[in-house]
Amino acid sequence: MSLQPIKFYQTGTFTVGNRLLAPDQRSVQANMKRTNSLNSGHRACQGCGEALGARYAIDAAMNATKRQLIAANATGCLEVFSTPYPETSWQIPWIHSLFGNTAAVATGMAAALKVKGKTDIRVVAQGGDGGTTDIGFGCLSGMFERNDDVLYICYDNGGYMNTGVQRSSATPPAARTATTMAVGAEPGNVFGQGKFVPAIAMAHEIPYVATATVADLRDLEYKVTKAMGLRGARYIHILVPCPLGWGTASQDTIRMARLAKETGVFPVFEAEHGEVTAVLKIRKRLPVEEYLRPQKRYAHLFGKQPRVDTIAHIQSLADKNIRKYKLLEEGIQ
Amino acid sequence: MMDKPFAITLNPGSSLANHTGSWRTTRPVYVDRLPPCNATCPAGENIQGWLVHAESGDYEKAWRSLVENNPLPAIMGRACYHPCEGACNRNRLDEAVGINSVERFLGDEAIKHGWKFDAPAKSTGKRVLVIGAGPAGLSAAYHLQRLGHQAVIYEAAEHAGGMMRYGIPKYRLPRDVIDAEVQRILDLGVEIHLNTKVANLADTMKEGFDAAFLGVGAHIAKRAYIPAGDADKVLDAVSVLRGMEGQATPLLGRRVVVYGGGNTAIDVARTAKRLGAEESIIVYRRTREKMPAHDFEVEDALKEGVSIKWLSTITEAGESDIMVEKMALDANGFPQPTGEYERIEADSLVLALGQDTDLSLLEHVEGLVTGNGIVQVDAGMMTGHPGVFAGGDMAGTERTVTVAVGHGKKAARAINAWLRGEKFAPPPKPELATFERLNTWYYSDAPKTVRPVLDIIRRQSTFEEVMGGLDEGNAQFEARRCLSCGNCFECDNCYGVCPDNAVIKLGPGNRFKFNYDYCKGCGMCAAECPCGAIAVVAEDI
Amino acid sequence: MLKQTEGSHAVAEAVALCRPEVICAYPISPQTHIVEGIGEMVKSGELKNCEFLNVESEFAAMSVAIGSSAAGARTYTATASQGLLFMVEAVYNASGLGLPIVMTVANRAIGAPINIWNDHSDSLSQRDCGWIQLFAETNQEALDLHIQAFKLAEELSLPVMVCMDGFILTHAYERVDMPTQQQVDAFLPPYSPRQVLDPAQPVSIGAMVGPEAFMEVRYLAHAKQMQALELIPKMAEEFKTVFGRAIGGLTHTYRGDDAETMVIAMGSVLGTIKDVVDEMRDAGHNIGVLGITSFRPFPLAAVADALRHCKRFVVLEKSLAVGIGGIVATNVRMAVTGMGLKGYTVIAGLGGRSITKKSLHALFDKAGRGELEPLTFLDLDWNVVDRQLERERLTRRSGPAAEAMLRDLGTVASKIA
Repeated sequence: MSLQPIKFYQTGTFTVGNRLLAPDQRSVQANMKRTNSLNSGHRACQGCGEALGARYAIDAAMNATKRQLIAANATGCLEVFSTPYPETSWQIPWIHSLFGNTAAVATGMAAALKVKGKTDIRVVAQGGDGGTTDIGFGCLSGMFERNDDVLYICYDNGGYMNTGVQRSSATPPAARTATTMAVGAEPGNVFGQGKFVPAIAMAHEIPYVATATVADLRDLEYKVTKAMGLRGARYIHILVPCPLGWGTASQDTIRMARLAKETGVFPVFEAEHGEVTAVLKIRKRLPVEEYLRPQKRYAHLFGKQPRVDTIAHIQSLADKNIRKYKLLEEGIQ
Repeated sequence: MMDKPFAITLNPGSSLANHTGSWRTTRPVYVDRLPPCNATCPAGENIQGWLVHAESGDYEKAWRSLVENNPLPAIMGRACYHPCEGACNRNRLDEAVGINSVERFLGDEAIKHGWKFDAPAKSTGKRVLVIGAGPAGLSAAYHLQRLGHQAVIYEAAEHAGGMMRYGIPKYRLPRDVIDAEVQRILDLGVEIHLNTKVANLADTMKEGFDAAFLGVGAHIAKRAYIPAGDADKVLDAVSVLRGMEGQATPLLGRRVVVYGGGNTAIDVARTAKRLGAEESIIVYRRTREKMPAHDFEVEDALKEGVSIKWLSTITEAGESDIMVEKMALDANGFPQPTGEYERIEADSLVLALGQDTDLSLLEHVEGLVTGNGIVQVDAGMMTGHPGVFAGGDMAGTERTVTVAVGHGKKAARAINAWLRGEKFAPPPKPELATFERLNTWYYSDAPKTVRPVLDIIRRQSTFEEVMGGLDEGNAQFEARRCLSCGNCFECDNCYGVCPDNAVIKLGPGNRFKFNYDYCKGCGMCAAECPCGAIAVVAEDI
Repeated sequence: MLKQTEGSHAVAEAVALCRPEVICAYPISPQTHIVEGIGEMVKSGELKNCEFLNVESEFAAMSVAIGSSAAGARTYTATASQGLLFMVEAVYNASGLGLPIVMTVANRAIGAPINIWNDHSDSLSQRDCGWIQLFAETNQEALDLHIQAFKLAEELSLPVMVCMDGFILTHAYERVDMPTQQQVDAFLPPYSPRQVLDPAQPVSIGAMVGPEAFMEVRYLAHAKQMQALELIPKMAEEFKTVFGRAIGGLTHTYRGDDAETMVIAMGSVLGTIKDVVDEMRDAGHNIGVLGITSFRPFPLAAVADALRHCKRFVVLEKSLAVGIGGIVATNVRMAVTGMGLKGYTVIAGLGGRSITKKSLHALFDKAGRGELEPLTFLDLDWNVVDRQLERERLTRRSGPAAEAMLRDLGTVASKIA
């Protein structure tokens, strides 16, 4: 059963809150008592999607677990901007170990809590796409395979942003990064590479896999809450635009996430034990160009000699997502 | 207490020492922008301001907010041509918000529950003469009384209402509605003298008035030169419609021709149908596009069986027929006579060619400037003679009930200031809340509620109200379609989307505040505000 | 209780007696029997209140240990050689964060070329990572050091590596005296963490520390090891009181009071050396032994003290600092600076090469006569070496060195002189 949207109350489930709704029907973020797990004073860039996504996810997890939560964090933007000595922006018990071992550290934390009988305290692991799909992949797979009681959240901005915007296996095709520059015969990241970890997570048949974006807060909170109601290995993959790495304006972060979903570039769905169980449908479909154009990392596809074939190729990948995950309502093109 | 290893382990909350607000080059500020509905309303209603209360079901609060500006919502909900809906930003999303129907609902609720106006301010001791109990006069009297002055209305007719009673037919505006809203104004303490025509303003002023507001309207029908065999058969729209209020309704016969293209012509034609006319024909010189009458009125008329002859002029009125000349549009789009004629059977011909004002009462009043049948007034509705103000049909060329109500309010405020020896300065208007400033993604898909409409049979045979009102559920639904353009409706988006948790929520009804210690100026709050109530301004660096 | 058991199993039992809460390990020879032993005890229910995890790599093993320890559980793992290297990032991380993890390293050579037999190159490659490193001479000492290790680690909030020679100790059946649960409980209290992930008292562990504080943090790590220099002997005293055995401590000497020549070594080879020393003493030589138990912190004062009366010392080590010479030797030399002693470095037993009494006799004789080279590779087959060097001098594409030399050797066998 997917998120049930609230019937028309002026803005329904689209806005963060709604003064016309009963407080318990609003989002966690609308609540004045939300935990603000990632508090002010952190050093994220203006408009950082990851900072927003992390607060959304962890606040929802804190709400779902009645604040009985401990977290492990990979090296990366989130860790660096949140805990530069002497300041930490985290309000929760939190540990940063290494870049590639977060899933394993979380496994250890869960084992310790289990052996001590503290099963009401839950464990969250979080990392960026680099720390999850590449260097952390081995530990992630191990955690999935053992079905350890950990919710792993990956914040995907499509690159190693903290070290200067280098390509990861989550970088989309044609995107410019510092290690896939927009030069030569095939500028930007090449086609035919890359990993979609949610699908790999599904292949492990773990209890719960979901994708989400920072543009759909209610859906994200619903998924985190649902995940915290389950035990075993769970994985949530959140698309978080990076204004710096993507070359977008700082105020466009949520808009870009919305476009990624509405064009079919990023499918938003849930799966349990390896099978897709629910899909967040596209509300108003748009061509991928709408999504690509505002991003400077795709600037080489436009301009005086637009690369129509590349854009068409990207469109075909989005079309494939739409077909595969059934992202449109029945009967709509 | 935990013995934390130096530097490796940190206490929560330590990041608050880092005031990231110093990074900003632009800052967000909360603004209230002017919604297009408010901006367009001739009566200057704060439409968004009262819709917001209707949304939460506080109908009395909504009504009280509404009547701050306009005392006649039940009438408005029937007689106003709702330019607000034309300007409504939601037009560009799906359809305009049904503001008019919500206004009517609130007005009807007020009548149903017997809500009274708030008590007026302390008496100032001033007496203001108001000539005419039409919408302009009633509005002026209402606002003046609320400001503490004694308003005294001199109305020439038997009943109050002006054109609302004597021009707008019952099927558009039931008389009990007029009576209820007028009575509520009188209950404030306004004096009214019916059957009292003012022949000479200067004389009347000597009765002890400190200022005067004129709202005499335009009750004199314009005439055109049409040779007529029987003068009795040629009537004017004004007297026909006025006649509907009296004991004896006009006898128009089985075939009625109405000459003219304005709303009055439509009213007469539809009235004729109800009086039993088999044929009710409007003859209009130009085309449908050029017709001054509102298109929905034309539609209603056609539905009821009224027929319209476009591009035709009347050249002669005979015993039982009229001669009509066909016109044709020339290259410039103007109608030119073709020389082709047609005879149409007609028992009566009603001329609906416009109205003039009777300005005779203004003789001997110095300083007044008149022209084109109206009195010139300044921005505060004051005529050339100090202390004499005017509004409504006699003071302007846009002649609607709503405009008149707006004039009355403006005049009352100006009079209030003038009585103190000051000039009324209206507060500066904020920026317009244009559609481009909205983020419409956040609004639910919600098509406009259709108002119930009386069936054709009854429309053709009775004077029952044609357009019905909305019930509470529908009215609230309509109100909730409002996008709240430019005015925060506490959707919590800014509070939710700030990556730096730099928006402080002040609680229900108290909106939000920016925490400038931490705000990095990314602008996401402004981008994701559905109603465009956040502006981004440059920092002083 | 006395029993005849495999070294690995003795360690497994000892670890089990310490009431570990989380055990996570990845199999690698020659540590396998230790973890298998504990795993079986957990699965059968014999060892209660213990989570045993099969992880997917050594890196994961140490990482799981980090998470578990940070969440307040007594945590144990074991590895060797390649596995230790694979987890190095996490090894540094554990000591950097100050987590009291105990790990057995079943000492084994590091490839390439791959070699599963014993030497000390694995542990010693991590001598600077901040862990405490203890070397066991016998199976008894191996099992006892684990019990001391947990207490030591938790006192200091620092991880401890217990090193035991792979195969030589791990797979040897020896008589050991296994303590009782009461004895262990009397010695080792429940784990009370210095820092822990607890929703009731949230903290952020693992902040990024910049130039302004990093030196201080690192100094504090060093200071902790200095504290260990005090604590390790005290721990051994306490242990003796409860268990009745003199085990552990920083160093121990054997027939060293009046020795002219001192032989210094770590681990199981000390047994062979002591036998040779006994024989040489019988023959009239003034020779003694210094066994180093705590390699980190390095007991500079204790070593200097043990050597203050001798004329010369021979450091016999199963490790090689490629490009310079001995590892243990250089650490020892630092202890004896300014004492005017003559020191000899002997690299022996690499990759499990047997160290025979016969070789040792010859070696110590030579040392006694002052005829040892400063750096000696014990029992080196110079023919094989010279042939390879020549081969490489003559041909560019001389092929993989190890394989060429093995062909020269013929059948691979453990060389016994």
